Amino acid sequence: MGWFKKSKKNAVQSDAKPELWSVCPACKAHIYKEEWEANIKVCPECAFNDKLSYKERLQLLIDEGSFKELNKEIKPTDHLKFVDAKGPYSEKANAAITKTGMNESIITGTGNINNIPVVIAVMDFRFLGGSLGSGTGDKILRAAEYALKHKRPYIIVSASGGARMHEGIVSLMQMAKTCAGIAKLNKAKIPYISILTHPTTGGVSASFAMVGDINIAEPGTMIGFAGRRVIEETIKQKLPDDFQTAEYLLKHGFIDKIVKRNEMKNFLSNVLQYTTAK
Amino acid sequence: MALNFEQPLSDLTKRIDELTKLNEDPKVNFNSEIAALKKEAQTMRGNLYSKLSAWDTVQVARHPDRPLIRNYIKDMFSDFIELHGDRCFGDDHGIIGGFATLGGKRLMLIGHQKGNSLESNIASNFGMASPEGYRKALRLMKLAEKYNLPVVCLIDTPGAYPGMEAEARGQAEAIAKNLTEMATLEVPIIVVVTGEGGSGGALGIGVGDAVLMLANSVYSVISPEGCASILWRDGKKAPEAAEALKITADSLLELGIVDKIIPEPTGGAHYDHSATMKEVKKAILKQLEKFNKISTRKLIEKRFNKYAEIGKFRKG
Repeated sequence: MGWFKKSKKNAVQSDAKPELWSVCPACKAHIYKEEWEANIKVCPECAFNDKLSYKERLQLLIDEGSFKELNKEIKPTDHLKFVDAKGPYSEKANAAITKTGMNESIITGTGNINNIPVVIAVMDFRFLGGSLGSGTGDKILRAAEYALKHKRPYIIVSASGGARMHEGIVSLMQMAKTCAGIAKLNKAKIPYISILTHPTTGGVSASFAMVGDINIAEPGTMIGFAGRRVIEETIKQKLPDDFQTAEYLLKHGFIDKIVKRNEMKNFLSNVLQYTTAK
Repeated sequence: MALNFEQPLSDLTKRIDELTKLNEDPKVNFNSEIAALKKEAQTMRGNLYSKLSAWDTVQVARHPDRPLIRNYIKDMFSDFIELHGDRCFGDDHGIIGGFATLGGKRLMLIGHQKGNSLESNIASNFGMASPEGYRKALRLMKLAEKYNLPVVCLIDTPGAYPGMEAEARGQAEAIAKNLTEMATLEVPIIVVVTGEGGSGGALGIGVGDAVLMLANSVYSVISPEGCASILWRDGKKAPEAAEALKITADSLLELGIVDKIIPEPTGGAHYDHSATMKEVKKAILKQLEKFNKISTRKLIEKRFNKYAEIGKFRKG
């Protein structure tokens, strides 16, 4: 079976036309683009859940036509006037804006999930690796305050490599800032549901993403604080294959449930029946 | 131990030591030479420490002779009663804490524990806490809330421990929970960065009403070495990364992250522990007095606004 699969993949690879095929980032299987999209980017071979853009995510979770964006104008700020080997951060940020059509690594707004009004924030990994910039943190906090004011459940879909180094300490402080927003919701008994998608690591996993009333992950999602390579170098041993996967975190008690992508919306509305029970 | 940039000073000190030894011979008298050299050394020390680069400051912040939490407990606080364990899994040695008294004020002291020898560093995991450390810290903060004691956190860590077990037991969750709970803790929290403020591992006990920094300490989202190896693809570019990341007390004060800088004696905190502690004590007591007068509601509101302001988006 392994041999057969391999040879089939290789055959495809040799004359693959990129416009016809999608390649699974996990198992490298070549899937017809049409099938790939119809399957909402879940690999039919290995069940890996590939990253979604914020538009695809909203389409998946929010009732059609109900989404209204909040604080769209918020953009990255170059607090440090940061320049690295590849040039100024401000240029990098502008390039990300042009590439994605987003102003920051997160979209926030209001919408309905099977007719239940919510406030939702969706991170998009395409924007500087979904990193937590000050604009990102500010949007998360402002959306939390909106949820508080209008007494709506708050849902954050995370996808992030962690803090944004180019904003230095200001980025680190967004961890405290976003958690302060969640703390306010907790005090006011406003539901907060965290959905962790591939990948959710570093400063995002160590802040708002991990303190949901309910933490949900997609199958195979990588979730962790320190990077795998850093840990292997520290402890001088190889880590198990399932280390830092959603399944590993479920086993260790840090997420409530792994939910398949096509079942996520209905799962959320089922949960929200309890959190907003009268 | 002499740091790289201290080399000329170290040479001079060696010369002073040699002359002092020779001077023991009653047949010679080098008193005036020694006095002159000492004066020269003091001037040099002042000069060297007045123009430290960000990377030099990192070396000072990591100096093994810098006062560590055990020194502060012994020489600055009194009547320390250490409290152990997270009531879940174990007792971490990367973060320690307990009841302590400072200038007659009773408080809850929590801080990272680095060692100053290989042995003591191994025992405290080089100041890198595991989830148990963060959970112990939160337990003690909740206890402080119950007894209406202010919390003082001393920050000095390269970062939270990046280990397999630490991940399995929820390093991310432990830090995230602390950030959330500290935002609304009903007693004042005074944070002092005494050495190395290493990213999330520092912030995990670093949310406070006042964040103070010793003049030669650093606080960063990532170590300069780590940042250099990612953004410069070369760990040796750490000095450049240190500069770019703006991790020194002056920069952080300017960025509005830090509320006050605590001065260090010429030559750094490691050169004169007691002078350093005098300043740290004065600074903490001043903050305690300030926040003692504020109502709980106002305290939490002010703390929230402080963090909401950091990196708040402004047009143009």
